Amino acid sequence: MTRYVSPGQPGAKMNYQPRYDHWIGGEFVKPHGGQYFENPSPVTGRTFTEVARGTAEDVERALDAAHGAAPAWGRTSVAQRAEVLNKVADRMQQHLEQLAVAESWENGKPIRETLAADLPLAIDHFRYFAGAIRAQEGGLAQLDEDTVAYHFHEPLGVVGQIIPWNFPILMATWKLAPALAAGNAVVLKPAEQTPVSMHYLMSLIADLLPPGVVNIVNGFGFEAGKPLASSPRVAKVAFTGETTTGRLIMQYASENLKPVTLELGGKSPNIFFDDVSVADDEFYDKALEGFTMFALNQGEVCTCPSRALIQTGHYRRFLDAAIARTEKIVQGHPLDTDTMIGAQASNDQLEKILAYLEIGRQEGAKVLTGGQRSDMEGELAGGYYVQPTIFEGSNNMRVFQEEIFGPVVSVAPFSDFDDAVKIANDTLYGLGAGVWTRDINTAYRAGRAIQAGRVWTNCYHAYPAHAAFGGYKQSGIGRENHKMMLDHYQQTKNLLVSYSPKKLGFF
Amino acid sequence: MGEPAYARVDVTEAAARVLRDLRAAHGPLMFHQSGGCCDGSSPMCFPLGEFRTGASDALLAELRVEGVPEPIGFWMSAAQFELWRHTHLTVDVVPGRGSGFSLEAPSGVRFLTRSRLLTDEEDTALNTATGRIVS
Repeated sequence: MTRYVSPGQPGAKMNYQPRYDHWIGGEFVKPHGGQYFENPSPVTGRTFTEVARGTAEDVERALDAAHGAAPAWGRTSVAQRAEVLNKVADRMQQHLEQLAVAESWENGKPIRETLAADLPLAIDHFRYFAGAIRAQEGGLAQLDEDTVAYHFHEPLGVVGQIIPWNFPILMATWKLAPALAAGNAVVLKPAEQTPVSMHYLMSLIADLLPPGVVNIVNGFGFEAGKPLASSPRVAKVAFTGETTTGRLIMQYASENLKPVTLELGGKSPNIFFDDVSVADDEFYDKALEGFTMFALNQGEVCTCPSRALIQTGHYRRFLDAAIARTEKIVQGHPLDTDTMIGAQASNDQLEKILAYLEIGRQEGAKVLTGGQRSDMEGELAGGYYVQPTIFEGSNNMRVFQEEIFGPVVSVAPFSDFDDAVKIANDTLYGLGAGVWTRDINTAYRAGRAIQAGRVWTNCYHAYPAHAAFGGYKQSGIGRENHKMMLDHYQQTKNLLVSYSPKKLGFF
Repeated sequence: MGEPAYARVDVTEAAARVLRDLRAAHGPLMFHQSGGCCDGSSPMCFPLGEFRTGASDALLAELRVEGVPEPIGFWMSAAQFELWRHTHLTVDVVPGRGSGFSLEAPSGVRFLTRSRLLTDEEDTALNTATGRIVS
C-alpha cells in the first residue's frame, strides 16, 4: 500500500496554486468581472483553491486568442502537429504520478484508477491521434479521363469544448487530441466542479503549444458555457454531459448553423447469460469483476453498468457471489492505493444519489447491500462517500431507468435471449452495454441486437483509443476515441478539376 | 379554474427562496428536468424561453411560488415523463456545484428533485384519461 500525501501538505507530489485565472493566449488572464469561486476537494469537502468566474467577456477574449492562433496552427504540417501531441504525451508520462494525485484530489476518485486508467489512457490518446493524423489521407476520384475530384481535409478553425467532471483530464483529452491533430484551436471550459486539474496539466505542457492554440476559460454553465456554445465564432461545439444541456447546446448551435457532438450518458445493461456460471474458473471470476464495475469511478461514468441482467438459471448463485464481491470493495482515502472506491465528486451529486436510494426503496426495490451514505472518519468526515449499493427490482422502476451516476446497480432476472434483449433495449439511452457468455454465437447476436454504441463483450469499462465510443438513441451524436472523430473536427474541401481544354458548348 | 387539488410537482420553502432571488435577477423562469450523464437527473432552471420546448416535451406543472408573479413551468421530455408519471416530485435545493447551465449554480446551491410514489388518490386524479398532464 502507498498513501500519497495530500496536495498542500509537506512532501506532496504536487501542489495546486491558491488561485487560478483563465488561461488565454498562453498566459493567465484575470476574469473580466473580477470574481472567483471556491473549489472544494470532494475528499475532505474543504476548499483548496479558487478559480476565475468567467463571463462572456472572458470567452470573447479566449476566442480572440484562438482566432489569432488558428491560422498558423492549421497550416503546420501534420508531422509538426503529431510531434507536439507526442511531446505532450511524453511530458504527461514523466509526470504521471503528479497528474494522478492532482486528478484524484480534485475529483475524489481512487488513485489506483488515475494511475492505471485515467492518465495512461489520456497519454495514449494523444499518441493515437498523433499517429492517426500522420496516416490520414485525403482522396481523389477520377470522374472521367479529364476530370478529377480531390478531397482535402481542412481544420474547422476554432472549436468550443465543454468538459464534464467525471474524468476531467481524460475527457478533455478525448476532445483536445483530435481537435489539435486536425489543426484547430480550442477554447475549453472545464466543469465548475473540477475546474483546475486541466490547469495543472497545462502548467506541464504550456511550453509545447503555441500561445492561443489551447485556451481554458473557467466558470459556470450559464455564465461561461452559454457564451461559448452560442458564439458564432466557434465552428463546432463538443459537449459531454446530460440530455437537457445537450439539447440546449444544440439549440444554441442551431442559431449559428454549427455542428455539435454530444455524449449524454445512459443506463447501460450488463447481461450475464447462464453459461457464465458453468465453471468456477478465471472467466467466472472475471465476470464477477465485470458486475462490480458499477463501482468504478464511484459509478460516475456515462457507461456505468447500472442495470445488471442475470439469467434465471444461475440468478441466485451468481447474484450471491456478486454481492460478496461487492462487499469486498474497499472504500477509503482516494490517495491510498488500496482504496477501490473514493468520494463522489460533489455534495449535490451525493444528495442526488441519496434521493435515488430513497425512491428506489419506495418503489419496492430491495436493497441487497449498501444503500446508505458512508460515514467516514478523520479528514474524510466532510467528504462525499456512498456505499456500493445493489438494488433488486424490475426494469420499470426509476432506479432502472435513470442515470443515478453513483455506485448503484439495479439487478433484474431475464428468462432467455429475447427477454434479455427486450429488457436491455427498454431504455431511453443507448451508450454502453455488456454481454457475458461463453458462447460466441450468443455473444455476437446479443451484441448486434442491443441498441447501444459500445457493447463490451466479455469485458467492461475498457476505453482504448481506436475503438469508437458514442451513443444511440438519447445518448448523443458522434463517435469519440477513434480516428473517425477527426472528421468531426475537419471540413472537406473538394477541388473539382477539369484537365480538358475543350469548352462544353453551352454558350 | 381554481387551484388544482393535486399536483405532480411541489417546491420546498428553501427552493422557493432561491427561486425568488433568481426571478429578481433573471426575470421569469422555467424548469426542464434532465436525464442522463453527470449533472443529469436534475432539474435545470432557465430564464423562461431560454430552453425551447416542443412536441417531445411534457409540462408537468405550473409552479406557483410566493413572491414570484407568474407560474414557473416544470417540463420534462415526454418519453422520460412516461417513466416518471407514477411519482410525485419535489423541487428542493442543496449546497453544491453541479449545474449544467442551470441558473442557481453560481450561488453555491443546486436544485434537486426529490421523489415519492403518488398515492392512489393522486394517481387516479392525475393519471386517468383527461389527456392533460397539468391538472
